[in-house]
Amino acid sequence: MLHICSVEDVPQGEGLRITQVSPPIAVFRTDDDAFFAVDDTCTHQDASLADGWLEDCWVECPLHASKFDLRTGQVDEPPAKRPVRTHEVVVTDGEVWVTLSTEAPNLPPGVEVGA
Amino acid sequence: MGARIRTVIIIGASLAGHSSARALRRSGFDGDIVVVGDELKRPYDRPPLSKDFLAGRTTEADLALEGDEEDLRVEWVLGTRAVALDPGTTTVTLSDGRWITGDAVIVATGSSARRLPTSLSGVHTLRTIDDAVALRDDMKPGARLCVIGAGFVGAEIASTARGLGMDVTVVEAADTPLAGPLGALLGNAVAGLHARHGVPLHCGTPVERLLGTERVTGVELADGRQLPADVVVAGIGAVPAVGWLADTGLDVTRGLLCNQVGATAAANVFGVGDCSAWFDPARGHHHRVEHWTDSRDRPRITVDALLNGYDPAAPATLGAPYFWSDQYGVRLQFAGRRVGDETVTFEAGSVDDADLLAVYWRHGKPVAVLGMDQPKQFGRWRRGLSHDLHGAAA
Ligand SMILES: Cc1cc2nc3c(=O)[nH]c(=O)nc-3n(C[C@H](O)[C@H](O)[C@H](O)COP(=O)(O)OP(=O)(O)OC[C@H]3O[C@@H](n4cnc5c(N)ncnc54)[C@H](O)[C@@H]3O)c2cc1C
Ligand code: FES
Repeated sequence: MLHICSVEDVPQGEGLRITQVSPPIAVFRTDDDAFFAVDDTCTHQDASLADGWLEDCWVECPLHASKFDLRTGQVDEPPAKRPVRTHEVVVTDGEVWVTLSTEAPNLPPGVEVGA
Repeated sequence: MGARIRTVIIIGASLAGHSSARALRRSGFDGDIVVVGDELKRPYDRPPLSKDFLAGRTTEADLALEGDEEDLRVEWVLGTRAVALDPGTTTVTLSDGRWITGDAVIVATGSSARRLPTSLSGVHTLRTIDDAVALRDDMKPGARLCVIGAGFVGAEIASTARGLGMDVTVVEAADTPLAGPLGALLGNAVAGLHARHGVPLHCGTPVERLLGTERVTGVELADGRQLPADVVVAGIGAVPAVGWLADTGLDVTRGLLCNQVGATAAANVFGVGDCSAWFDPARGHHHRVEHWTDSRDRPRITVDALLNGYDPAAPATLGAPYFWSDQYGVRLQFAGRRVGDETVTFEAGSVDDADLLAVYWRHGKPVAVLGMDQPKQFGRWRRGLSHDLHGAAA
């Protein structure tokens, strides 16, 4: 598990881009204080999902408005077609810890790990 | 209405047609869906055709709109045009002489690129994958490209070509590029990207004629100037593909005229996407939107009306239209409705930056927003836009 940030680093209803891991991840805090982590880069093109719009457990990509289910990573509608990778989050004592997925990330064409 | 719909015919196998089929299945519609498309391809995404696909950075497979495991149980009739519609019987005649009858018809035939009347080779327009492949084959580093029209698609082609090392010039008949969608101030700000990236932009002089005998060699402007070119692209807009509806009695003068849920004057005939001009309650008139996201999202409204009926008198609002454009590495995003006399404020950046957030205000309310490389702030403003263009409510 990696220590990622503190609870107060992520305002309610917002996402935070974390670049200390590669590829970067986004941590979201919903309006009812649930935390989720997914790969930050949209699976369609190079957009940061942390910049997106959070509603319930869904984040809408800030560029072309595909929505990803933060619980499963599934995408609802084009233009994205592939799910975004999800990571396990544990919140203890106001700190956010993440276990990175061991699956291969679904990065968009032209974006590579470590780039 | 609902129970009687057993077969829905969708004409146009692209974004709006595919979204309609998906909305039908998501609404639990279990009947037959027939999708007729005159291109041979399954639905694909057009925006990359002037961007990453043209640059060779994405493949045709990347463009597919259908997910890998998606099965909408659609009968695809591809490579076939719809040539006539009988609204009374919701019967569509196909180019191969067949006809099909459904309980409802959704027209999703989009737009076709306006073309220059010429038989010279080396002159392109861009609407389909085939167009993009043909253009890309002509885009050689060092070759001279003249783009006619500084609209969004033209500007994107110029930007992509520049990135590929072409020598690019853009010509625009209007004095101010993009003044229609963005207004003069911000139209100029966006069009300023060309000059910053070494692409001359000539405004205010229309093209007189193309030069060359078999292959194009240049463009002559109305003031006599000649611009040499090895390749010419006309980015001069698109017209709604509604000619095939001419004998239906439906109003197709500015696109297929529809109400605020996409219903036409004929029962069980609907229009979605670029081909349609919906009544926009916020504007108080019909308006044809040619944007990707609206073509994706509005079919949901139409399908709900088709399956469940609708109350024509019920108050309705349509979401703020939204489009994006990628030019010279800058992400442009615009949402909302401009009438023309808005006041513009800058919430971030300024016209001198390729990084700004500009808000258009009417009667003290934000009605539109333009972002350049400001996706997060843009998304927040976009959601807060007012639909009240006329200062109705205080
Ligand atoms: C190069 C390019 C770049 C773009 N970039 C952007 C962008 O960055 N952002 C944005 O918001 N929008 C962009 N757009 C616009 C966006 O692609 C359109 O809004 C969208 O494709 C509209 O979808 P549609 O399904 O209504 O129509 P279309 O995609 O035009 O599809 C209509 C389909 O119907 C078929 N058809 C037509 N007539 C018939 C007939 N009689 N019978 C059978 N089939 C028929 C056509 O062949 C076509 O396949 C771009 C468009 C182009 C061409
Ligand atoms: S970049 Fe996310 S939907 Fe396009």
